[in-house]
Amino acid sequence: MSGFSNRPLSRADAKVMARFDLTQRLVALLKHEEAVIGGIGNSNFDLWGAGRRPQNFYMLGSMGLAVPIALGVAIAQPQRRVVALEGDGSILMQLGCLATVANRKQTNLLIVILDNGAYQITGGQPTATGQGADIVAIARGAGLAQSAWAADEAHYEEMVTQALAEPGPWLIAVRTDMQKPAIQTTRDPAQIRDRFMRGLGVRAEWGQ
Amino acid sequence: MSAWFDIIRDALKRQDVRLVTYVPDNVLTPLIRAITEDAFFTAFVCTREEEAVGIVAGAWMGGTRGIVLMQTSGFATLPNALASLAVPFQLPVLLLVSERGTLGEFNIGQALVAKTMRPMLDSIAIEHHTITRLDECDFIVERSIRQAVATQQPACLILSPLLTGGKVPTP
Repeated sequence: MSGFSNRPLSRADAKVMARFDLTQRLVALLKHEEAVIGGIGNSNFDLWGAGRRPQNFYMLGSMGLAVPIALGVAIAQPQRRVVALEGDGSILMQLGCLATVANRKQTNLLIVILDNGAYQITGGQPTATGQGADIVAIARGAGLAQSAWAADEAHYEEMVTQALAEPGPWLIAVRTDMQKPAIQTTRDPAQIRDRFMRGLGVRAEWGQ
Repeated sequence: MSAWFDIIRDALKRQDVRLVTYVPDNVLTPLIRAITEDAFFTAFVCTREEEAVGIVAGAWMGGTRGIVLMQTSGFATLPNALASLAVPFQLPVLLLVSERGTLGEFNIGQALVAKTMRPMLDSIAIEHHTITRLDECDFIVERSIRQAVATQQPACLILSPLLTGGKVPTP
């Protein structure tokens, strides 16, 4: 786990990067129909903006449940890699799920935390991570040993590549800027769910 | 006739409900034991009921049926997860609630929070049934699962103290 251990950064040492660019880089590294669960807000909008893959699920509400949903997909489809894309405010709302993922030793799961230190879409109020809480330290404390901050874009891509190939669970935290989303997700939950299930091969084409 | 927890375990197996996420409850202990001792099931504890619902929701989309076990006070933490995830996304998340707050409750907090459960279920049109009798247990569980899957909607099974004996204060 070289990329996760050779640069043991704290949050303060991590570079603040362009948020949408990081999700575009993540999506570009997906080569095996990996499932991606987008949380709410900008993590979700960026995933939508990076291309409407059939294996993407876009949450609408239920703040904090991206990791539990991803864990459920990962349990149901152990041969598929599953990625949870979540914000700092969201994961702070459901920290217990990190311990559950660790206890499960879910090898096919990668958690990516986009940390801008703020509840950006509600007006930029500070989250606890902007005031000293460190998501990687919390994750390690919960039992997710393979957790790390991304030093920069190249380090992020290196760790994502490793997490998509080797046994997890993994958690990568990135510090992100406050750019506005380029586009917003079309809010049609029935269609989102249906396309996702077909993208995962659970259902055949409609009418078949 | 079998015990209620054996009937429910067997009904879950017949309906291919393989994933069980739960937040512990005293009354549910024999059911949790019956399930965890059966290799058919993947069963594990969660830190919150919302989390347990999220996991079962994801598993359904990945092709595995699941159920969440909890007590009444835990159900009271679920309105947002049900109204913003399970219902609008058409996910047949199965809920099984051990009913406290009635028929001999000794904790006023449990008695009050229990009053919110059925109005909440009714307000977002979630099908629910209260199981009071051993001879109706299998039928209600099996038909509720079938309907949830066929209609792509969550369903809630409430286990009355009339069925389970409930929880009474230890002397």
